[in-house]
Order: sequence, then structure tokens, then C-alpha cells
Amino acid sequence: MVEQVRKLLENRVTSVAELEALRKSILQKRDQSRTCISICGGTGCRAAGAEEILEAFYEEIEKRELQLQVELKETGCHGFCEQGPIAVIGPKKIFYRRLKPEDVPEIISETVLKGKIIERLLYVDPTTGEKITYEADVPFYKSQTRAILSANGEIDPTDIEDYIARGGYSALCKALFQMSPESVIEEVKKSGLRGRGGGGFPTGRKWESCRQASSDIKYVICNADEGDPGAYQDRSLLEGNPHAILEGMLIGAYAIGSHRGFLYVRNEYPLAVRHARIAIEQAMDYGLLGENILGSGFDFTVMINKGGGAFVCGESSALMASLEGKIGEPKAKYIHMSEKGLWDKPSLLNNVKTWANVPLIINKGADWYTGFGTAGSTGTMIFSLVGKINNTGLVEVPMGITLRKMIYDIGGGIPNGKKFKAVQTGGPSGGCIPEQYLDTPVDFDELSELGSMMGSGAMIVMDEDTCMVDVARYFIEFLKGESCGKCVPCREGLNRMSEVLNNIAHGKAKREDLDTLEDLAGILGDGALCALGKTAANPVMSTLRYFRDEYLAHIDDKKCPAGVCRELIQYSIDPDKCEGCGRCLRSCPTGAISGEKKQVHTLDPEKCIKCGACYDVCKFNAVIKV
Amino acid sequence: MTKVWISGEASIDVEAADGINAVNLTVDDKEIVVSGGQTILEAVARLPGIGNIPALCHHPAVKPYGACRICTVEVSEDGGSKFRFVAACLYPVKEGLIVKTNTEKVRKLRKGIIELLLTRCPNVKRIQELAEEYGVEKPRFILGDQDCILCGLCVRACQEIMGKSAINLVNRGIYREVAAPFYAYELGEECIGCGDCAFVCPTGAIEMGPDGKPVLPKVKIPFAEIEAMMKKETITTS
Amino acid sequence: MDLVLDFPKVKAVVDSYTEKVDSLIDSYADKKEQLISLLQDIQAEFNYLPRDVLIQVSQKLDIPLSQVFSVATFFRAFSLKPRGRHLITVCLGTACHVRGGQRLVDKIERDYGIRPGETTEDEKFTLETVNCLGCCALGPVVVVDGKYESQMNADKLDRVLEKYE
Repeated sequence: MVEQVRKLLENRVTSVAELEALRKSILQKRDQSRTCISICGGTGCRAAGAEEILEAFYEEIEKRELQLQVELKETGCHGFCEQGPIAVIGPKKIFYRRLKPEDVPEIISETVLKGKIIERLLYVDPTTGEKITYEADVPFYKSQTRAILSANGEIDPTDIEDYIARGGYSALCKALFQMSPESVIEEVKKSGLRGRGGGGFPTGRKWESCRQASSDIKYVICNADEGDPGAYQDRSLLEGNPHAILEGMLIGAYAIGSHRGFLYVRNEYPLAVRHARIAIEQAMDYGLLGENILGSGFDFTVMINKGGGAFVCGESSALMASLEGKIGEPKAKYIHMSEKGLWDKPSLLNNVKTWANVPLIINKGADWYTGFGTAGSTGTMIFSLVGKINNTGLVEVPMGITLRKMIYDIGGGIPNGKKFKAVQTGGPSGGCIPEQYLDTPVDFDELSELGSMMGSGAMIVMDEDTCMVDVARYFIEFLKGESCGKCVPCREGLNRMSEVLNNIAHGKAKREDLDTLEDLAGILGDGALCALGKTAANPVMSTLRYFRDEYLAHIDDKKCPAGVCRELIQYSIDPDKCEGCGRCLRSCPTGAISGEKKQVHTLDPEKCIKCGACYDVCKFNAVIKV
Repeated sequence: MTKVWISGEASIDVEAADGINAVNLTVDDKEIVVSGGQTILEAVARLPGIGNIPALCHHPAVKPYGACRICTVEVSEDGGSKFRFVAACLYPVKEGLIVKTNTEKVRKLRKGIIELLLTRCPNVKRIQELAEEYGVEKPRFILGDQDCILCGLCVRACQEIMGKSAINLVNRGIYREVAAPFYAYELGEECIGCGDCAFVCPTGAIEMGPDGKPVLPKVKIPFAEIEAMMKKETITTS
Repeated sequence: MDLVLDFPKVKAVVDSYTEKVDSLIDSYADKKEQLISLLQDIQAEFNYLPRDVLIQVSQKLDIPLSQVFSVATFFRAFSLKPRGRHLITVCLGTACHVRGGQRLVDKIERDYGIRPGETTEDEKFTLETVNCLGCCALGPVVVVDGKYESQMNADKLDRVLEKYE
């Protein structure tokens, strides 16, 4: 019993001095001569087989008894998701990608033991054809400013000592012992940090109004209900560096006078929940959460709540409703959540990325932070660059970088030689930006001017094969399914917008239907209760603004120029390309394709239900859309 | 102390001096004085001759909900330079507030909401009356055949007036409906047959049945059918 | 046919079920605001929300049954009907959508007769869709029983699903 208690207290630090001593001892304990192999263990790489790679490394190291020479570390998401599974072999940080378990023995014997590079595992720069050896030289990383994400590749998220070794919780020490709550708020205000969850509200101002609200009980909430399709930065941050968020919440709680925090994580993120749980337990163990933190007299605990599978719960008042055990119905915010939020108490709600910025701002100062970005949008922003793009992944850049630089320099441009058509930002509340605006700096206000918005940071690239009418339809269908159903404009309006857009996509619409769409957009924007409804028409309006001729083609000519809308296209087999392999015939669910082996196949349009299976499986590009 | 409900759950307590707390505001260019701690809708309702704000999901006996949005008005908090849309049933009166209840923009929004409601409930008398008043003729969409506008008054009446909770709003989005637990046709013991739900219902979708218990609004055309009518068949994309 | 009821065995099953349910609900005794977490635990344990368990939740935590039911029907994580033996989740996030995710959903509807949220007659498969799993580089993504399958098309989907009993 005494042993157990002693073990529990062993890790506990009760003052800044003790934390510093612990930090020193961790660094000293670490054997710098060991070769560190860090494997990306983010959900994306796991889906691509990272766990088998990890297993293979463990086995190989065991087999060769190299435990003393080699340190194996499973980290969070490295960000270059297109190239996963990834392993970085330090200290020089040799960058190996697209790994298979079979590659592992060779990596150990050649690279780790003999220092030899395995050429075939290196990243090849598509523009120069050059093979890149070291992580820092990979163009994808080089063009970024990874103030926050750099930690992801170096920390084992299940080990708090990794975070402490890198200087973790030093911002908390500074805030608790060298700054007053008011000066913490001043620093955040000076930094110009704006909410990274979508609203872009000045964070310092929110903290200030929360501090000024009078109440004994105040709450701090981290919104990790990342629902925008295509966005996964919050997940990767929580999976890869949960302590950064905890530290941010601690500083925020100190600033406003709160002792209880909630971490609301989306139900669909089991790994993030697991790592956050471990982080909280370890932080409590080490005395960095709980009572009298570091001897400051300040108490703070955090509880994890999982979402229930509702996008609307990303809205702050709906999130708080579900924390109270009710359905996720938003309510009118004529009185701010920072005055009356969770259980009618002042509540400070910020997004995961916003919290992750806080320790940096406290440690390095607001002046450092304003050195990045534009006047109206300071600091860096983490985007998820996905869709029709070569380098799919997480990108951290200073605000103000142009869309062109993001998509072409960092993103590597559009694959398969296709032409860029639009980039969608801001998720279902945002809009599509066409080519003529690619030199726009990425900034809260600039994006709003274009009819889009920053949102949570999903950046979805679309090419000539994307139909903008279909994109609008997709977002409206998504929101229709996620609407809570409380208010008439959203519940009924989205339903009718879907009806009109489906008619357009089916070639059954008239010109007046475009006016109807505008009217519905007006009802939603003016009449809806919450931001989900108010911004729901943005994707439709922005595509109508920049791609009106595509809508007209669907309405007047009953054609889908991009070849997407099923009712308006016809599949056919190009006799010059068809090799008669029969794969399309086998995949066709209605028997619409016929042909002998090694003979040109034909498609009967009468039987064709346009499911697209033949188009997907043909290896000779012989199935075409007319 | 006067309590005014801002939303279904939150309220603010307003100090009253000598029982009177005067708030000066301008409604439709008329300067009026009302007692504080009220919402715009409540304040205006007691002053005839000022704009007539329609409301469907509002009833003085229960807390305001803000679901129908037809009571939307334009307000300016900064003396008239910027206006925004708010729900009059929830927005508290403030000193110096400027309210416009009948501008062209407001009427356009109301007309739109009525068209949406008329599409959903073309045979409901109350909606037909509003449609006539605001000049909504034939909706541009496929008509439904509901009686219930999902205002939630029945649910709130059962909860707040009777302290029971025999019925509630279930599902979300277009599948939302008023139902008893597990969609039971017959209401159990929780329902005491008081008839409040039928009394507050603005459309007559709930009526008292022969057994003394309410008959809940039936979903007349199942949503799956409406979906199919609109989509015709599933749509795919590339 | 002779029906022999093994009472001790039946009782053991019922007792263990009751015990499980009781311990689940009792751990939330004074925490009725954590209703959603409790329902998640129940969903994880039984693969759906059984009616009698919901009634017990309402009674033990003093929450009106209609409120419990409202919460149970609002969130997509919960199912009032038993789910199939295998859960197929197709990602319909924007990135997977532009790569053809919807076609996979349509194919499952054609082949198995189920739409998102439904279970096959033989209770083998339940189909759900999700909006973005965050594996956009690997799209279109389909998850079957927690196993991620990447870059799916109609053919691959057939091969994956025929492995499941």
C-alpha cells in the first residue's frame, strides 16, 4: 500500500522548481546516442498499415537485440498523409515513406546499423525528379511554418515525459507565477489570435468578457467536435499532442477564473479520445491537473465527453446542451455564452487549434506571434489540404499565404494532369473559390469577401471533373441530414433547396428555379436560428456566383459539362481502347454490357443505370462519358 | 426582480426599482416606454397600435422557443446605423433599442417562411390565413400533407404547465415529429389527459380523443415517400 | 418436438443481464446530465439501446422517459434496433465524395437492399455513412468492423464483403 502511494507521489511535481528538475532529469536519462525511429501513428497512417509496420520494427529489434541502440517511438500525425506510412530515422531525420512491413528488416540492417540510404524508400520531388533524403528538405514541409505541428512528429502522445522534455508546461508556469490573469488576457488580446474553429472571433476579447462575468463557477470547454467533412486537423492535434491542448486550457482557466474544464470530442475519433484520456490521467498523476497545481493554489480538472454523432453539436450552444444531457439544439445567443453558457454559467469555449496556440503565445510572446500572418489575421493556421491534389495532408502556414502557393508549391498541384477548377474552404458554411482568385491571401476577411470563409480549415481542391452543381447539392444534402430540425428556415428551407438542386441535377429545372434558390438562401441567411442554418446557403450561392454557366448548362441544355450528374450523362465504350478483358461486363449489375472475350465490348444504354462500376474498374480508360 | 426568458432555459434577472423599470425604445418610429425584463414580442403585444408581429410557436403560458422564426424583426442597438434580424419572442428590450416590425425585408422573410410552412401544411387554416395576409399563393415545391408545424408548444405545455413529460420532439431534421416514447399510439400513465397540448396547438394538429387522451399528429405522407418523390432515384457522382 | 427449458441456465442468463444493466446505470447514479455518455455505454455493450434498459434509465436516473427517448433518437450514434453482426461504414466526406464515395453506398443498396441506417434481413450487415474519418489521402474509405479499407471501388468492395459471415 505504501509502495503504491509512493509510486503515485513519485511522479508528482508540486512546484516550478520541481518541474524544472524533472525536466532536467528526463533529458539526462535519455540516451542521446540511441537512434530514434519515429513512426507516424495517426489514424490515416494506421489505416494504411502503420501498426503492422510498428509490429515489424518491434520484432526486428527484438530479434537482433538492438533495444539499447534503437529507440522506437509511435508519434502522432506527421502531416504528409499522401505518403504514409511514414518513418523518420533520426537524428538526421532520414525520411522514408510508403513503407511496407517487408521493408523493415532492410531499414534496420542498412540504414540504422550501417547508415546507408535505401533509395527506393525516399520521396521523389515530382517537379525536379530529385530524391529527397532528409525530412527538412522535403518541399511539402519546407514551405510550411510548423510552429504547432512540428511537435507531432517528435512526441509519443502517450508519454507525458516527451512533452515535458520539449519544454511542455513551461508556459503554464510562466502564466501561474509570473503573470496575473489580466496580463494573460492582455497578451492573448495583443497577439490578435482569432478563433480557429470557424467563427474567427477575437479570442482575447472572448476571454475578457468571460473574466468580467461575475460568477463563482465558470467553465472552460474545448470544442473537438470537428464535423466539417475534409477537416481532420483537430483530430491529429488531439491524437498527436494532447498536452498542448491541456496546457492551453489550463492557462485559459487561470485567466478567467475557472476550475472545471470539458473536452468534447467527436464520437468518430476513438484514438483521439483514448490519447486525451491517457494525457489527462498522466497530467493528474504528475500534479499538473487537479488541486493546487504546482503549489499555486489554482485547481483545475478536465472531463472528456464524447459526441453522439451530430454535426450540429459543433455549434457552441448545441454543444453545451448536449453536455447538459439534452439534445443538441442550438439556442438564440442574444446573451453570449461567455456570460451565460453551460448551466447558465460563464463558459469559455474555444476550438482545439485555438487552445494549441495559447502556450506558444505565452512562452514566446504576442510580438513573436504577430510576426506571422496579416494585420487582421495573425499567427499560423493549420489546414487540411484534400481532394484533387497531389500532396494530401495537413499543412501549417502563416496567414496571408496565397491560395496558389498552398495548392501548387505545397500541395504539388492537381494530379493526372487535370486542370484546377475551384478550392472549397470553410466546410459546409463556406464557398468555392475559382481560379481567378488564386492569388488571394488566405485571411479571415479576404475569404469572407469572396463569399467563402476560413471555417475550421478544410481546403478541398476540385478539378475539371468536379461538377459544381453536384458540389452544392452534396453540401445541402449533408446539412439537411445534420439539421437539428428546430427552426423552420433550416429544416424546411434546406429540404426545399435539396428538392430544387436535385431537379437541376436531373435536368428537370427551369430558369426560375435559380431565383427560387436565391429566395431560399435569403430565408436561411436572415431567418435561421443558428450558424448552421445561417451559413447553409453559402456553398450554393458561391457556386452560383462563380459557375453560373454550369448551372445554366444543366437547366437549358440538360447537360452536365463535368460528366458527373448521373441523369445527364451516358456511358459508352470506346472501341479503339477496349481490350475485351471483360472486367466491365462482370461488374455491371444489370447486364447492360455484352461482348466476347478479347472482342470489343458494347454498352446498351437502355439497360444502363449509370452506376459507374464499369468506369471505375476499366484499366484501359475505355469507358467514356458522353 | 423580474425574470425574462431569453431562450428555453436561460433567463436574466432584471432589478426593478420601486417595482418599475422603465426602458425607452423606438418601435416602428414610435417612441415608447415599457417595463424592462420583457421580450420585444411581449412588450409590443400589450401596446395596441404598434406593429402586429405574427407568432406561431409562442404562447404566454410557456417559455419562448424561437422555432417558427415568423416573429423576426429588425433591430438596431447602435442608434440606427446597423440593423440585424432577431426573433422578437426571445430578444429582450433594451434602452435605446430601435425596432422595425414591418419593413420590406421583414415582410419578405415572413413571406418566405409562410411559403415553406404552406408547402408542409397546405390544409391548415392558420397557415392559409397567414398566406393570404402576406400574399403567398401557390408554393413552388412538392406539397406535403402535415398538420403539425413542429412549434413544440404541446411539448412545452406538458413539461412546464403540468410538470409532466408525456410527449417530446423526437428524431432530428426533416424526420422530426411529436411522439410518445417508442412511438406508442396510446399514451401511458404519464399523460393525465389535461388537454393542455390540444389547447395550445396553433394548427389543431393535436386533438383530444374519445378516451380523454390526445391524438398525436400523424405523419400523413411518410417522409420516405416525399424523399423518393424528390429524388426519383438515388443520385451518384464521380 | 419436446421443448425442454433449462431453468437454471435461463435464470443465469437473465441474472447476468440484469447485473450488467444495473452496474451500468448505477455508475451514473447522481450524474443525470451525463445521459448521453450512459447511452453510449449501453450502445457499446448491447450493440443497440434495448427498450427495457431505456425504461430503467428513466426510472433510476429520474429523467422523463420521453426525454430519454428524444435523446436516443436525436443522435446518430444510437440505434433503437439491433445492429447487424458487421458494421459497414462508408465515408462520405467531401474528399471521398469527389472520389466516388456515393457510388459505393448505391452499390450496397443494390446488392444488399439496405440504405444508410438499415440492417439486412439476415442481420448480417448494417450500413452507416460518416462525414469524414480524416483519411482523405486514402479515399474512398470504407470501414468494416473497425478495419479501414482504402481506395475502394465496386470490385474491391465485393471482395472485402464476401469475407464476412
